[in-house]
Amino acid sequence: MEITTETHSHHISQQFNNELEDLKTHLLAMGGLVEKQVQDAIYALTEGDSAVAEEVRANDRNINEMQIRIDEECTRILARRQPAASDLRLVMAVTRATSDLERIGDEASKIARHAIQLAEEGEPPRGYIETRHIGNHVRNMVKDALTSFARFDTDLALSVAQEDKAVDLEYRSAMRALVTFMMEDPRSISRVLNVIWVLRSLERIGDHADNIAEYVIYLVKGMDVRHSSPETIEQRLSAE
Amino acid sequence: MEAQAEKTTTAAPVNAETVNTVTGSDMTETQNVTGTQDQPAAHETKSHSIDISSMNRGDGAALSLEQETTCLEVRNMDLYYGQKQALFDVNMTIPKQRVTAFIGPSGCGKSTLLRSLNRMNDLVDGCRITGEINMEGRNIYDKNVDVAELRRRVGMVFQKPNPFPKSIYENVAYGLRIQGINKKRVLDETVEWALKSAALWDEVKDRLHESALGMSGGQQQRLVIARTIAVKPEVLLLDEPASALDPISTLKIEELIYELKDKFTIAIVTHNMQQAARVSDYTAFMYMGNLIEFGNTDMLFTNPKEKKTEDYITGRYG
Repeated sequence: MEITTETHSHHISQQFNNELEDLKTHLLAMGGLVEKQVQDAIYALTEGDSAVAEEVRANDRNINEMQIRIDEECTRILARRQPAASDLRLVMAVTRATSDLERIGDEASKIARHAIQLAEEGEPPRGYIETRHIGNHVRNMVKDALTSFARFDTDLALSVAQEDKAVDLEYRSAMRALVTFMMEDPRSISRVLNVIWVLRSLERIGDHADNIAEYVIYLVKGMDVRHSSPETIEQRLSAE
Repeated sequence: MEAQAEKTTTAAPVNAETVNTVTGSDMTETQNVTGTQDQPAAHETKSHSIDISSMNRGDGAALSLEQETTCLEVRNMDLYYGQKQALFDVNMTIPKQRVTAFIGPSGCGKSTLLRSLNRMNDLVDGCRITGEINMEGRNIYDKNVDVAELRRRVGMVFQKPNPFPKSIYENVAYGLRIQGINKKRVLDETVEWALKSAALWDEVKDRLHESALGMSGGQQQRLVIARTIAVKPEVLLLDEPASALDPISTLKIEELIYELKDKFTIAIVTHNMQQAARVSDYTAFMYMGNLIEFGNTDMLFTNPKEKKTEDYITGRYG
């Protein structure tokens, strides 16, 4: 059975409604923080602002803390309420989403670390246009994945899965460009390598956003669509 | 990793060399792991040593009604208590050697349906049934059906334990004596078998000839189950067998249900949804005399199809 955002607030137990509502709110709060981390990390890199980068590194601890808190909440609900059906799927989706969000936070922190190194080296290396482009792309993916979670919007979730493919393609072509730079000018290798690590992190962030979108589909439709291509997901969604 | 690989060897028929290859992680080609040379194909055919299909527990996983042997088939059944209709056009099959649970709010007709499976409703004045219930191709409501024989084949256990005011031994032997079996050796053997099957033997073997009324509620309920299975029925109907018991006795009854399903087809009515989720293979959800949803328990409790089912199992109001 397909569910709506209202589904979790009609329990006979008002307290259970509140617990599930809190769980969603906390996950979205964590998501908001993670999204900001990604945005700040990209800004720090492209603008060479190591102060912002330091901030990103420091904030990562908060995200880890939030993951632990939210997972605790989930465990407590499982133990005390024995949720079933859509309630169970919500709790499962939230525990999974927290681990992906936490990983996105880690990647943002890594980007910030490279941003600091690059900023210290002075002159801006090449590859920033690609980085900024892919960066904006994955940031939007994270945002859309979280919005689809907030609205239980499977169409938006599907579009995130489709975007992930586009990001993978952009990642590959950016890699080719960077390899060309390194061959042209071997002195730039160490700097370009840093940019490559950043691109790698961004691509991973896209993958995690894709995972979150898949959990939304699981939560709303009860279909496990992990490890399937966007085309398959689309087919299964329209077959419903 | 080591422990995992070891586990796999016992769980799935993977030979030791292959497991070794995998334990050596992705460096197989450079490392000289024992046995790899004899098996050049090992690393290309087996990408990892865990046999995924063995992760599905033998039961529970991927059960489907289409693949089951039918034990009882309910067709177009309506049931009336006087003027009041209690069941509306119920159609379902109860699969053989599986546990089927009936859940639903009070007064939804689940006990009525269960009782009609061995014609307990015959005893209720003004109860009228249309439609049929087939057991091995024969309608149990046919005029020429011997009801006593039917109830021997379809045994029933009620909510409150109802042992007879006799000794433990005589309680279990009662059904056999009625059938005219009086040979002491046969009786002894059957009583022991039934008590062992009901997980009661160890607790009562030293006081078989004491009164059954001196037992605890949980023991009495297991005694009643032993009495029911002593006559070797084909189907066991349980009407809230654990609702008056403490959690430990409840778990013992549930474990017993699991043990018994190899030999019997079991249908259980319960108010406790978690219990239905724990013990059953299939679950039927009933509401106001209608069978709303019937299917694989795993599916029904994670992704029910009907909104009414979802609302009931998650504790919502409509």
